[in-house]
Amino acid sequence: MFQAILMAAALAAAAPENPSLTHPGEEAVDPYTQSNANAAATPFAGQAMWTAFHGQAGVARVVDDLVDRSLADPRIREIFEAHDMVRLRRMLKEQFCYILNGGCDYTGRDMTAVHKDLGVQNTDFNILVEHLQAAMDHEKIPFRDQNRFLAKLAPMQRQAVER
Amino acid sequence: MKFLCSLFALLALAGPAAAEDLRPLGKLLLTGGVTSVEGAGGGGLASWATITGYATRDGVGGNVHATGIALPDYQFRAYGASAGLFDRVEVSYTRQDFDTQGAGAKLGLGRGFTFHQDVVGVKVRVAGDAVYDQDRWLPQIAVGAQYKNAAKAGVIGFLGGQDDDGIDYYVAATRVLLDQSLVLSGTVRATKANQTGLLGFGGPGGKDDYTLQFEGSAGMLLSKRLLVGAEYRAKPNNLGLKESDWIDLFAAYAVNKHLSVTAAYVDLGTIATFKGQRGLYLSLQAGF
Repeated sequence: MFQAILMAAALAAAAPENPSLTHPGEEAVDPYTQSNANAAATPFAGQAMWTAFHGQAGVARVVDDLVDRSLADPRIREIFEAHDMVRLRRMLKEQFCYILNGGCDYTGRDMTAVHKDLGVQNTDFNILVEHLQAAMDHEKIPFRDQNRFLAKLAPMQRQAVER
Repeated sequence: MKFLCSLFALLALAGPAAAEDLRPLGKLLLTGGVTSVEGAGGGGLASWATITGYATRDGVGGNVHATGIALPDYQFRAYGASAGLFDRVEVSYTRQDFDTQGAGAKLGLGRGFTFHQDVVGVKVRVAGDAVYDQDRWLPQIAVGAQYKNAAKAGVIGFLGGQDDDGIDYYVAATRVLLDQSLVLSGTVRATKANQTGLLGFGGPGGKDDYTLQFEGSAGMLLSKRLLVGAEYRAKPNNLGLKESDWIDLFAAYAVNKHLSVTAAYVDLGTIATFKGQRGLYLSLQAGF
């Protein structure tokens, strides 16, 4: 009983505004309104794309590979440094799952908010796309399905690129 | 040509100071297009709305190209250089040679008589983005002009052409339909040019008016590196020599962002009374 109270107190202290926004291993974020609209793309209909991406496990591999490649790339590494990579991976997996109609809700912030003050240039955005293409190739996702997915992500350039 | 040289010199001067700010090779593979016969970024026979080279709005890109078309009675060669500035402005220079080979003798021009043409082009992207605007109906739109100087007033006058130089103006719209893996482009060109200008401008009887002509490309991306498709180019018939519209079937392959190869089967129809001018088009492009 005493332990439970302590734990509740600790949780409350970590995220007094909105406890549901904290997640194990992640840093706290300022409160925001959750909505699937924050994913900035409408989901595909049907299960074809989710299947093409090999479901939850496939999307997890693609996202982890994408983040690993980006962190290993000296051209864009700095953009990610000093940010919460645990949360980034989880949010990307949610966002991809939501767009691919894998039955997830996207609980992250909107695309303008998450890219604010990162100083992302057009070139950086495209480098990330190339790493995503490499990750999708590695997962053996058919080229045409890769492009269908990229068609959903491409308009995010307008929110992601600041200068 | 002088203008282009000065421009490259200016870029070279600006280079060291601005180098750390300019970022090369930012575009995705093939999205810079290849180089058309007139030097503009585009397909093979058609100019597109894309800005040549692999620089995004963060940088400057450039290309050199060499292109050849082997036809039954003629040989066409073109070579030149182009630059894309901040994905906004494109400038290009191309030299075209049109070797009449044996046909030259039959036409009374002399065996191997070669028409030449210098083409200086400028293009400005005015709206849209062919790649990012997947959620909008508006394609990427650019306007352009090409100054062409054939410098063969005597022969062109003999054929009935009014001028040996002229300017084409065009509006191009290009769209990458990523969800279909398709690339579509259409261009309307105001021109007086005969065989794109190699045989001069205008025709007999004081024919010296611009006409609007359509050129377009449709291609399918088979991989990040390979685009295959077809092109069509309408042309005026000012000289009364049954000038044909052009068509081609092409494959453009990007080895990497520095080198691409375009091969095509082209049907250029009737050129200066010689029918059935079909053959192989090959173009190499190197740049950044």
